[in-house]
Amino acid sequence: MICLRLLCFSFAILSLLFAGRPVFAEDTIKLAYTDPFSGPFASGGDEFLKNFQFIIARKNAAGGALGRKFELVPFDDKLQPAEALIALKSMTDQNIPFVMHCTGSNVGAAMIDAVSKHNARNPDNRILYLNCGALATELTNEQCDFWHFRFAGSVDMRAAARIKALPADLKKVYLLNQDYLFGQSIQHDTKKWLAKLRPDIEIVGDELMPFGKVQDFAPYVAKIKASGAQSVVTGNYNRDLNLLIKAANDAGLDVRFDTFLSHLIGGPTAIGAAGENRLTSIMEFNSNIAVDLKVPAAEQFANDWRGSGHDTDFSALNFVTMIDMLTDAINKAGSTDPLKVALALEDMHEKDLLGQDTIMRKDDHQLLMPYYAGVFSKDVKYDAEHTGFGWKNYMTASAADLTLPTICKMKRPE
Amino acid sequence: MEIVLVSLLNGLVYGMLLFMLASGLTLIFSMMGVLNFAHASIYMIGAYLAFTISQFAGFFPALIIAPILCGLLGAGIEIWGLRRAHVNGHIAELLFTFGLVFIIGRSVQMVWGMLPMAYRVPQLLDFPLFTFYGAHFPAYRGFMLLVSAGMLAATWVLLKKTRVGMIIQASLSHPQMASALGHNVPMVFTLVFAGGCALAGLAGVIGGNYQTTEPGMADAMGPIVFVVVVFGGLGSLMGCFIASILMGMIQTFAVVINASLLDVVKPLGITLTGDNLFTEFMTVPVARIGALLPFVLMILILLFRPRGLMGTRDT
Repeated sequence: MICLRLLCFSFAILSLLFAGRPVFAEDTIKLAYTDPFSGPFASGGDEFLKNFQFIIARKNAAGGALGRKFELVPFDDKLQPAEALIALKSMTDQNIPFVMHCTGSNVGAAMIDAVSKHNARNPDNRILYLNCGALATELTNEQCDFWHFRFAGSVDMRAAARIKALPADLKKVYLLNQDYLFGQSIQHDTKKWLAKLRPDIEIVGDELMPFGKVQDFAPYVAKIKASGAQSVVTGNYNRDLNLLIKAANDAGLDVRFDTFLSHLIGGPTAIGAAGENRLTSIMEFNSNIAVDLKVPAAEQFANDWRGSGHDTDFSALNFVTMIDMLTDAINKAGSTDPLKVALALEDMHEKDLLGQDTIMRKDDHQLLMPYYAGVFSKDVKYDAEHTGFGWKNYMTASAADLTLPTICKMKRPE
Repeated sequence: MEIVLVSLLNGLVYGMLLFMLASGLTLIFSMMGVLNFAHASIYMIGAYLAFTISQFAGFFPALIIAPILCGLLGAGIEIWGLRRAHVNGHIAELLFTFGLVFIIGRSVQMVWGMLPMAYRVPQLLDFPLFTFYGAHFPAYRGFMLLVSAGMLAATWVLLKKTRVGMIIQASLSHPQMASALGHNVPMVFTLVFAGGCALAGLAGVIGGNYQTTEPGMADAMGPIVFVVVVFGGLGSLMGCFIASILMGMIQTFAVVINASLLDVVKPLGITLTGDNLFTEFMTVPVARIGALLPFVLMILILLFRPRGLMGTRDT
């Protein structure tokens, strides 16, 4: 049909036109950012993109780095290592010196390997991998690399905070995690810290479940009930967590959910009243912590985020730390050359948005930062996602508390 | 004993949820030979429409209106899309519905955003119906069972006992003859497709607030629904029903089985050491791979009996 053919033809032409990147002034510092922007995990990627646009706009307004502005260049990796590597090729073709990535340890591991190999083979076109959210502990231990900097707490750090934040009268826990790199990392480190810090707690169940495949959590709830657990400690997130809590609520099962990631975007909305006073999580930031620690600047920052047309809560404090440290490193190194910037980033001390001390450790390129435990409650100033419930801060673990040993032995260039 | 009874009940309820979704797909697949990849996407649209309608009119009007809208959407897809693709064969129809998955998925994200919607179970049905071995059985689950059973009964009666059903069956097995006798065969095709989509929409209305309403729900439910349809066999609603219940039971019971293959052969005195693939294969507990068992079954049935359990036409 001639109409259809014309339509297809115009689509093809339009997509070619938009495939070319708009040409900015040459003196911007390009920051590539890759995450899933399509598919089931797009909500996270989309939100982080908006976070970065907000943070970078403020940084540019304050002068940028070396008098140049930052330019964000997004790439969709669809949470697939293969797609991320294709994006990486595109980034290095465009001579972009920095790549940020925040979702998926599977992608993170692939990126570390690819960046390392690329930088070894192309010393004149290097790229630095700034990791803002691939959390598996291995990435700054067994798989650590000079060209990789992690600006988010590893699973190990979060597990330490998580176990510290368990109530003193808790005696029986059930471990339930997703069966992939991240979930297994959580399982391993949770057990390690339980043995170290809370040997009085009995692990009455230790289970791995298929990642993102389970539709009906009623059998898991039945198992948890049969085990007599008082709390479920889980690294599940998104659908795997929301459906679990809904099922437990439906069955009238009265357990705590001491989670790692229930504060992630979409969680509070999906869980709702079912989580009141029994859902806890370990997080980098929420507005109530700013109130608790009496840091009005941070509270204002989060309110500015809301005020600039965003309907979600600001929680990406480590992104702010990352951009701040990057800016300072570029200024200190006097260039955007990845090697010089990497050397400047090592051992950098920075005060984060809440005025807390953070250190980018030289041994493993892991950011040592604080984590906060929050309980889902009505008794807060700021609620989460307009649900009427928010995260009430009840425990703080400082960067010093979460400074953990590493087995990293990275090969340094030259 | 308790665990068996509890799992039986849970498996039945989950199986009926699967059937709700799969019934529309099997109708379309077995009657038109069109593999509608976008079936789970229509399910998602049903859930989102129900959420939006329930914001203004409440849950029960949404229960009626959303499936009708999905049916109309299905009719539109059939008239302006599938009918054209049909000329070029089954593969073309398949690719068309495959493309629809992406279009619908992205459209939903553009219209409603990427985050889950606060689509909740209506207050009227949000109470425990009875207590079974200490666990509550929510009234809403009972409502879901009722709706699924109603869908099965209504569809079966429509197809086997009414004049419309007779015309549909005739048009689909002998289109030229039915057309020669004066029936509007293309309209029958549209009707069947729209009906299947309406069923998917109804499943979405019921399932959307029970699970979560988010853009990823189509990708989550899609694969298991296909497994059910293929396993149950093409041309058979009863086969689809049996397959759904079977898959529901298998997935539910698998979760409570903590044993592995090695535990089965242990009495024979066999032990395994070493960190290799074979050991891993033998020692993985069934609970860990429970959600994957339906797919294993699908592979087996395609190998040994491609028609499915009660199929009346070839894949």
